[in-house]
Amino acid sequence: MIEAPAKIFSFYRDGFRNMTVGKTLWKIIFIKLLVMFAVLKLFFFPNYLKQNFDTDAQRGAHVLEQITRHVN
Amino acid sequence: MIDVDPSLVNWSRAMFAFTAMYHWIFVPLTLGLSFLCAFYETIYLKTGNEQWKTITKFWMTLFGINFAIGVATGIILEFEFGTNWSNYSWMVGDIFGAPLAIEGIFAFFMEASFFAVMFFGWNRVSKGFHCFSTWMVAVGSNLSAVWILVANGWMQNPVGMAFNPEKARFEMESFAEVVFNPIAVSKFTHTSSSGFVMASAFVLTVSCWYLLKRRHIEMAKKSIVVACVFGFVASCFVGFTGDEAAYEVAQKQPMKLAAMEGLYKGERGAGLVAMGIVNDVKSPGDVQDPFFFEVKIPQLLSLLANREFGSFVPGIDDLVWGNEEENIMGVNTMMEKGRYALTDLAAFKEAKKAGNEQAAEAALARFNENQEYMGYGYLDTPEEAVPPVFIVFNSFHLMAVLGSLFPVIFGAFLFFTVKGQITEKRWLLPIGLSTALLGLFAQQAGWVTAEVGRQPWAIQGLMPVKIATTNLSTTAVQVTFAMFAVVFTLLLVAEIFIMLKQISIGPEGH
Ligand code: HEM
Repeated sequence: MIEAPAKIFSFYRDGFRNMTVGKTLWKIIFIKLLVMFAVLKLFFFPNYLKQNFDTDAQRGAHVLEQITRHVN
Repeated sequence: MIDVDPSLVNWSRAMFAFTAMYHWIFVPLTLGLSFLCAFYETIYLKTGNEQWKTITKFWMTLFGINFAIGVATGIILEFEFGTNWSNYSWMVGDIFGAPLAIEGIFAFFMEASFFAVMFFGWNRVSKGFHCFSTWMVAVGSNLSAVWILVANGWMQNPVGMAFNPEKARFEMESFAEVVFNPIAVSKFTHTSSSGFVMASAFVLTVSCWYLLKRRHIEMAKKSIVVACVFGFVASCFVGFTGDEAAYEVAQKQPMKLAAMEGLYKGERGAGLVAMGIVNDVKSPGDVQDPFFFEVKIPQLLSLLANREFGSFVPGIDDLVWGNEEENIMGVNTMMEKGRYALTDLAAFKEAKKAGNEQAAEAALARFNENQEYMGYGYLDTPEEAVPPVFIVFNSFHLMAVLGSLFPVIFGAFLFFTVKGQITEKRWLLPIGLSTALLGLFAQQAGWVTAEVGRQPWAIQGLMPVKIATTNLSTTAVQVTFAMFAVVFTLLLVAEIFIMLKQISIGPEGH
């Protein structure tokens, strides 16, 4: 029973250790995710409705207001 | 007049278009290269010839590079939905949020398991299981395109849902109708098969580079044979699926079809423009000629649009102002109905606020009568319903011309490689070298046709882009765009650099 998780662990460990070009790729993925979530998402792409309203009812009411605000 | 700043709308859509086009550099290559790796590995499994293993590993490395740089670039689109298209996201979020999240989880587990076996599992698992994992990666990658294309298909042809004014949301009425929406089906078949073409073109390009440099000749030739068989079959299939896509567009988005063909005055037995230069200053309803020059194949557009020679294909003018004889309601009439729908929607909102249930119910009943024209109520003029004809015509024709070229290119390379003459036909190699770029142009032109062609709609007939946008300051959107453009340009440079380096190392680098 213990053997299977240990085998899986060593499979991934050896896989990561023996990577060549993969090492560079992981670095790029990591930097990319960091920039995307810690910079872009946080400072440039806030979720407008989540940030400005507390409940779904308020969000629905706001959108309804937006889509009917042109009607006079 | 609708008081939305047009520059805000244009910057929001420019950013979205730029992100989507960037994302789409990597996706088609992933869709097709995964299958090519599976083919190469299956041949290795069947023959036991180590050269096929080297070939498989080489293309797998390039697949991995493409995947690593492309992965998560699509998430930016999701960010943009929340920031720049919040009205739209809210209105449809209920439907697509869950499937897209499930797809993300599915992709994660697939990548953590089969993907890991594919890259880490050589000599660790049996050959058969390794090959099976490669196939699973191919199938899984292609399946993960399903939901996003279903979502896109729904925006082009919103079926199977009803608008609930109380929540300001679309709610699912029929799951099957949404999933088997004919536009979604044709999108999936056309998109995946065009991805196969793209990847085959990529393999051909890299292999031709080796042949030109007289390096890794055996590997290049073997790679070419498999890629050209796949590319030839896929490019023929792309023609069929493209034809199906055009038929569906004609049925569901006739304005897009009219723009694709620069057809202003509808006609029976309409011809398909084989070649033409569009008059870019022509406007709907004026007397100018739509083309400076054009060559038409008689009757073919009628056949493509309705599967019937001699049938009527509506032009832009018919769709804008209506054509009673052909029973076509014009945008001008739909605008009137749309305005009624919006007035009743506003009345519903006010009645609800005032707690007058009876008035709310009456307004809702009136709204339901015209709700299918709701989006037209936002238009300022009927001409606003016409997409930019110059762009749509040219992108469609670029894609179709390239689409006719690919079977010829793959066929020629297959023929000369199998006959053992490819290294002598050096004049062919530069053509092969440029195929990946041509594939990329066709890919991007395809999405430009599909998306610019459906303007001004975010949801066909129900919501124009100017209503889907969040009311932000244009400057905020411009700053975000600039920031994002810098980050993603750097990423692209990194990908090209790593990819070229790996190609120049070649298969022996393993
Ligand atoms: C003769 C060949 C072709 C025809 C008739 C054709 C037709 C079409 C049509 C009508 C659309 C718009 C569909 C919509 O708006 O819903 C489309 C979209 C698209 N095409 Fe093509 N196409 C052809 C070849 C190609 C080729 C060679 C590629 C790429 C290698 C390609 C890639 C795409 C892509 C990526 C899209 C956007 C996704 C979609 O709407 O399905 N097409 N094509």
